[in-house]
Amino acid sequence: MNDLPWLTVLWVLPLVGALVTAFVPKAPGSALPKQVGLLFSVLTLAVGIAIAAQYDTGGGMQLTETHTWIEAFGVHYALGVDGLGLLLILMTVALVPLVLVASWNEADDRSPAAFVAWALALESFALAVFAATDVFLFYVVFEATLIPAYFLIGRFGRAGRGYAALKFLMYQLGGGLVLLGSVIGLYVVSADAGSPSYLLSDLQQLDLSTSAERWLFAGFMIAFAVKAPLFPLHTWLADTTEKATPGTSVLLVCVLDKIGTFGMLRFCLGLFPEASQWATPVVVTLALVSIVYGALVAIGQDDILRLIGLTSLSHFGFITLGIFAFSSQGGSGSILYMVNHGVGTAALFLIAGYLIRRKGTSLISQIAGVESKAPVLAGLFLVAGLSTLGLPGLSQFVSEILVLISAFDYHWWAGAIAVTGIVLAAIYVLWLYQRTMTGPTAPGDEAMTDLNRRELVAVVPLMLALVFFGFYPMPMLDVSNPTVDSLLQHVGVSDEAPTVADHAEEGAH
Amino acid sequence: MDFTKPTIEYADVWPLLVVFGVACAGVVVEAFVPRAHRFVVQTWLAIVGVVVALVGTVLVARDLDVLGDGTARGAIDVEGTIAVDGPTLFFWGMLLVFGLGGALLFAERRLEGGVSAFAGQAAALPGTEAERQASTRGLEQTEVYPLMMFALGGMMLFPAANDLLTLFVALEVLSLPLYLLSGLARRRRLLSQEAALKYFMLGAFSSGFFLYGAALVYGFSGSMGFSEINEAVRNDVGNQTMLLIGIGMLAVGLLFKVGAVPFHAWTPDVYQGAPTAVTAFMAAGTKIAAFGAMLRLFYVAFGSDRWSWQPMLWIIAILTMLVGGLIAIVQTDMKRMLAYSSVAHTGFLLTGVLGVQQASELADGEVTSLQAVLFYLVTYGFAVVGAFAVVTLVRDAGGEAAQFVRWRGLGRRSPVVAGVFAFFLLSMAGIPLTAGFVGKWAVFTVALAAGAWPVVVAAVLCSIIAVFFYVRVILLMFFEDHDVTTHGEVASVTKPSALTSATIFVGAAATLVLGVVPGPVLDLAANAGQFVR
Repeated sequence: MNDLPWLTVLWVLPLVGALVTAFVPKAPGSALPKQVGLLFSVLTLAVGIAIAAQYDTGGGMQLTETHTWIEAFGVHYALGVDGLGLLLILMTVALVPLVLVASWNEADDRSPAAFVAWALALESFALAVFAATDVFLFYVVFEATLIPAYFLIGRFGRAGRGYAALKFLMYQLGGGLVLLGSVIGLYVVSADAGSPSYLLSDLQQLDLSTSAERWLFAGFMIAFAVKAPLFPLHTWLADTTEKATPGTSVLLVCVLDKIGTFGMLRFCLGLFPEASQWATPVVVTLALVSIVYGALVAIGQDDILRLIGLTSLSHFGFITLGIFAFSSQGGSGSILYMVNHGVGTAALFLIAGYLIRRKGTSLISQIAGVESKAPVLAGLFLVAGLSTLGLPGLSQFVSEILVLISAFDYHWWAGAIAVTGIVLAAIYVLWLYQRTMTGPTAPGDEAMTDLNRRELVAVVPLMLALVFFGFYPMPMLDVSNPTVDSLLQHVGVSDEAPTVADHAEEGAH
Repeated sequence: MDFTKPTIEYADVWPLLVVFGVACAGVVVEAFVPRAHRFVVQTWLAIVGVVVALVGTVLVARDLDVLGDGTARGAIDVEGTIAVDGPTLFFWGMLLVFGLGGALLFAERRLEGGVSAFAGQAAALPGTEAERQASTRGLEQTEVYPLMMFALGGMMLFPAANDLLTLFVALEVLSLPLYLLSGLARRRRLLSQEAALKYFMLGAFSSGFFLYGAALVYGFSGSMGFSEINEAVRNDVGNQTMLLIGIGMLAVGLLFKVGAVPFHAWTPDVYQGAPTAVTAFMAAGTKIAAFGAMLRLFYVAFGSDRWSWQPMLWIIAILTMLVGGLIAIVQTDMKRMLAYSSVAHTGFLLTGVLGVQQASELADGEVTSLQAVLFYLVTYGFAVVGAFAVVTLVRDAGGEAAQFVRWRGLGRRSPVVAGVFAFFLLSMAGIPLTAGFVGKWAVFTVALAAGAWPVVVAAVLCSIIAVFFYVRVILLMFFEDHDVTTHGEVASVTKPSALTSATIFVGAAATLVLGVVPGPVLDLAANAGQFVR
């Protein structure tokens, strides 16, 4: 059983599903393609769970597969999972079926088969990204994710989506090409050191000169800052989430953007530890700006989807802050944050999508009093919102507090600024809730219905996860902690011992 | 004075002779075969000729002699004028494959309703009674096949030429038929004739530069042969100024052929005006042949003097990428857009050319610049032939409809054709999992390894620009609706015969396969080894 290349199966399965979905014979209006696609996404989920079941906490890189791919370039087809990869893989395989269920009728006026097929293709490439342990392979699938994303944005969504898709792709490919420069640089450095190789394990042995390391780091970091996104490379985010369907936004913001922060941990810290520490002041500053700026701009939005997109800018600031604080709390906190943000924001996007489908508009100023007509919808929206603002008892709180601890540990002002992000989050979430859900019912809403069973099926698992991991985050921490510890060891940082006031000395005064 | 018969190594050069022989036979066919049978005879002659030459190239490649330390294989034949070595045979293979694609596109008759895409009576003035008659009678000429074969033969000789005179002869042999072919479009005769005239005038001018450069280099070294020139450069005899001016002028001639800035002005007009089948053949073939000649000239003859031509290529490469990319953004015609994109690709290829390093500076198994350029040419050739083949399919009542507005919403109406075209564009843009990405990676790598980081930085920036104009076309085809009232008549995809379909299919399949498993072709390019000196 263990001879099965589990990770290859994991990413090939949705790709096969995408092809089958696209070419399955279909009568107009037939639900067959959607059912086939859902089946494949559930199978992928099963494979993901099987992988998690075999995972040995603290066992380093596991389920590795290594084959030579392009010998001339020193490129290998190499896969493997560690704690970081495993959590993101699980999040991805869990979110995709839910998105497909939630968007069941979303693309019926266009081409439902195409929507499902592109979504599965996106899942496939994203899973390959999280499992890649060869930099070239990572780069290839990193860029390949953009094609399905481009078609998902450009073909499904609201008017102006073509422009949004172009903007999205230009930003991402621009970042990607900067990354290409660094990837090529790695080859040159590796060839100079003897024999060219792109394996992560080989590259970590390289002895880079300081300036080369900094340049290569800059290339990687810029690409990931576009992806994540970080201020000032974030401007594609709000446009994209506004125009795309909520389902697409979930795939983009909750899954695809995680590649940015995943890459910072895996590649920036893993390959260029000294340069990462050298760049910390700049990155932390940008992260803090993102936290505050994202939240402030979110408060001012009148479009729900834009608002949710911008809250993510703030959250990605937190994740980056945790990563670059270089402490075990920060590392674990940011890994947890990636998963929790994925779950919480997915819930927000999907429920906002239900709401927009009912109202026919996404403008906050035209929505009011939903609570009385659709109490379940409003209630779930509130739970997801409270999770976003970090209410204790919901999962995001745990990760947020870990990141804040590390921020204060880094420097008191970093922590102080980051905390304002939480206050602002309370404003944008609660004010959004107040404006849209409370108050008298708007005229024309008399026929509004509450969530139906399909819609509930898609969001209830997310709610359960929010509550469960809010009270009991240990399973995730058990998986992420060994990875963070080995990473920090590689970087050469150890947590400072807490300074406890010495009572004996105090007594002498 | 004694006259000694030159020795010709027929066993090595026979694929070249097959191509020239078929071209001559084609002329005879024009003279003696009745008009009704000419099309079939010419088509078969051309296709069989190319296939035989291709098989011949493989056979010759199998038993090349290994020279010296094993980094080069081959021999210098025909009294030192033709080098048949690994790179030459790789170029021949590429040229013949794309020549086959060109021949198949030339033979397409279903798209124009039973006649070929070439003028029925090229001598008739546009807009006159004679032309109308030629068109209504459905006249069809088949001289295009021997012309194409002559051009193909010249292209094959170009990268194999081992002295300046042969190089010049090959340049003319490949150019003259192409000037003619450019003027033979069945539709839009004026545009086509303008293209031919422009191409001819500028081409003749650049040939003049080339010849002058050859004379100066001869004056410096006292010989036309590349190895003797190399000796002279190495020993630094003679007048250095003469050598530098000579190199510059030779470079003008070659850079004109590849369409590098500032010698690119002919590209858009000729690509647009020429019959699209000719454009496809020419875009791939000329670029491959001219880069082959440039590599041999610079690496073999002037290899010891790298420092005097590398800086020049740095500047030209950066300019070419930048100008090609920026002007491509504002194009509104598919063929012109592809023309400017081909200028940008010339810049990327030059990035590979200037990445040459001494063998001693390379790590074991590191990519060499020759390998990178060869691979890039393969990927670009497949993409560009395929893309132009798709352009021949998208038509309205007036023939091919290359304007952007006509392509709006094509993805809705013909998803497969639009999808394949989008795939070719993605390959040209260098998106992973397409062949273009691996090619781009290879040329950037060798340039960076050679320390040309400013060029690589510029190349990365220009790639971003390039992505914009390719992706915009995809946007146009898939995400925008066509509105007849504001955008005029809609273009649709005409169903082609098996000839064009096969060309497009092979192009798309090769682009995908080379993107996913580039290893075999990269190894083949590595096995081609170095140039024989």
